[in-house]
Amino acid sequence: MKRGILAALLLLCGMGTAFAAAPATPLDAFKGQKGVIDIAGGTAHIPVMKEAAKQIMEANPDVRITVAGGGSGVGVQKVGEGIVQIGNTGRALKPAEVEKYGLVTFPFAIDGVAVAVNPANKVAGLTKAQIKDIFSGKVANWKDVGGADAAISLYVREDGSGTRETFEERAMDKGTSAAGANVVNSNGAMKTAISQDPNAIGYVGIGHLDKSIKGVNVDGMAPSQENAASGQYTVTRLLYMNTKGEPQGITKGFVDYIFTPAGQEIVSKAGYIPYVKK
Amino acid sequence: MSKSRKPAVCQAGSASALPPAGPQTADHTDSPGWVLRLSAWLAVLAVILLFVMIVAAALPAIQISGPGSPLDWVWQPGQGRYGILPMCVGSLALAALALLLGWPLAVGLSCWLLTEENFKFLPLVRFISGLVRFMTTVPTVVYGFAAVFLLTPFARATLGGTGMCLAAAALMLVLLVLPTMTLILMAGLRPRLERLCPWGLALGFSRFDLMRFFVLPRSGRNLASAAVLGFGRAVGDTLIPLMLAGNATQVPGGLSESMRSLTAHMALVTANEVGGAAYNSLFVAGLVLLAVNTAASLALRRLVRREAPAGSSAKQAATA
Repeated sequence: MKRGILAALLLLCGMGTAFAAAPATPLDAFKGQKGVIDIAGGTAHIPVMKEAAKQIMEANPDVRITVAGGGSGVGVQKVGEGIVQIGNTGRALKPAEVEKYGLVTFPFAIDGVAVAVNPANKVAGLTKAQIKDIFSGKVANWKDVGGADAAISLYVREDGSGTRETFEERAMDKGTSAAGANVVNSNGAMKTAISQDPNAIGYVGIGHLDKSIKGVNVDGMAPSQENAASGQYTVTRLLYMNTKGEPQGITKGFVDYIFTPAGQEIVSKAGYIPYVKK
Repeated sequence: MSKSRKPAVCQAGSASALPPAGPQTADHTDSPGWVLRLSAWLAVLAVILLFVMIVAAALPAIQISGPGSPLDWVWQPGQGRYGILPMCVGSLALAALALLLGWPLAVGLSCWLLTEENFKFLPLVRFISGLVRFMTTVPTVVYGFAAVFLLTPFARATLGGTGMCLAAAALMLVLLVLPTMTLILMAGLRPRLERLCPWGLALGFSRFDLMRFFVLPRSGRNLASAAVLGFGRAVGDTLIPLMLAGNATQVPGGLSESMRSLTAHMALVTANEVGGAAYNSLFVAGLVLLAVNTAASLALRRLVRREAPAGSSAKQAATA
């Protein structure tokens, strides 16, 4: 980290003259630059990455940025093997991954995970104990938790999904989901499933909550970005950008751009809370 | 594939079904050029290499015994359980069900398309055979997407459960395998029917009678190869089970229960894992898929050969 700061300072000194000439906007870092940045990995990151890429490419058409998904694991693998410059993960890197590939990680956003049900469901709040019972398969009927007399349709995310890890760790106290639960492989698919099935329960990133699905209070905590930012809602995680070694050139420019006020605005607009390094 | 049957193997399936060819193709004195031979060997080598690589990658995982073994009934990576057997059963059940529904449909459809004589229906025949051709080009994700909104609510209402289940995925797989099987069947049955037609019709048989009494009983190999191809496609498809079967890591106990196919399992796990025991168990899953397809293909070939004596097919090939 220290070396990174030093490198950043050196770079700033070098560009000091350029900065003095024009009013500095974050996109100035890309002036006169040329090249390609490939980004892949976590799907929750895509809206942020796409918008940032659009802004940068509009300011400087010589910089080409591609954004792909694939999931956290793909992000780690691709950046580690040098196929992309930035690999995104919705979870912290495992020590083995850092060691194997020499990755540097940049947390840039906070994402809350909300328990969601179909809007037709009258259940508005659940305790953590109830959530644990429901997702482990112990409670199988809505009437046992204050709902209608109907079988609960469980929807969970796939193993290794950052959203699932966050949910199981924070809302289920590291519990295990029932083997009979339906597994969907993205926030979008989860939303579709819950909005279609009147007896569904599942979880999505807070940013994905809208009219089609209903967020449920957890232990009285309302799932909202404000509560997640203030720490009142505790089922949260960080979103990370990762690079192989300290980022260089336009890749460094991209990472830095996400942390500028303009970049943080993109993060908020995508439904996340900008993460400020403390 | 035994070596003694080399000529028969070359003629397998499609060749004997081809319309009578001109005399030039019967000329065997012309040896295939070295380019052709090289490409054939390259293809064979690639297949062998694929098998060797998958087996080599899967072996270390297979040798694990106890709870961490891939050949186990529990998949719970958090607990160090990496069993893929429920997915194996799921894949087989799904493909078998799709074939059970799709194969008779394909046979019926191809027979109708080939034998319809009523002048009134000819435009319909033309339209449907065009539709079947078109269906082969529809990406499976389109089927999956449409079914999420149309079929799953229906399945939920009629079967109960979540609607994401074995039956829903199998129904969509029928749509996927039906055109493939129909085209294979038509390609095989049409020339045989055409060959019989002038005489048969003159003797007072209808096209359907000719099909029923003479063509179908002699087309075991063709019927079987359509089934094998359909089964292969059904086992191999990823997106339809991924989107519609619910992906629960359990052995499906009924039509309305959620299940996970091997292919969907591989897609789900590779999205988030790189290396590690969960990832390694995928090579075993790949090996199982490969083995299932190979076994089905070999078993059906043998079955058909026993059914139709080698002499008849050789004679046919000679006259062709």
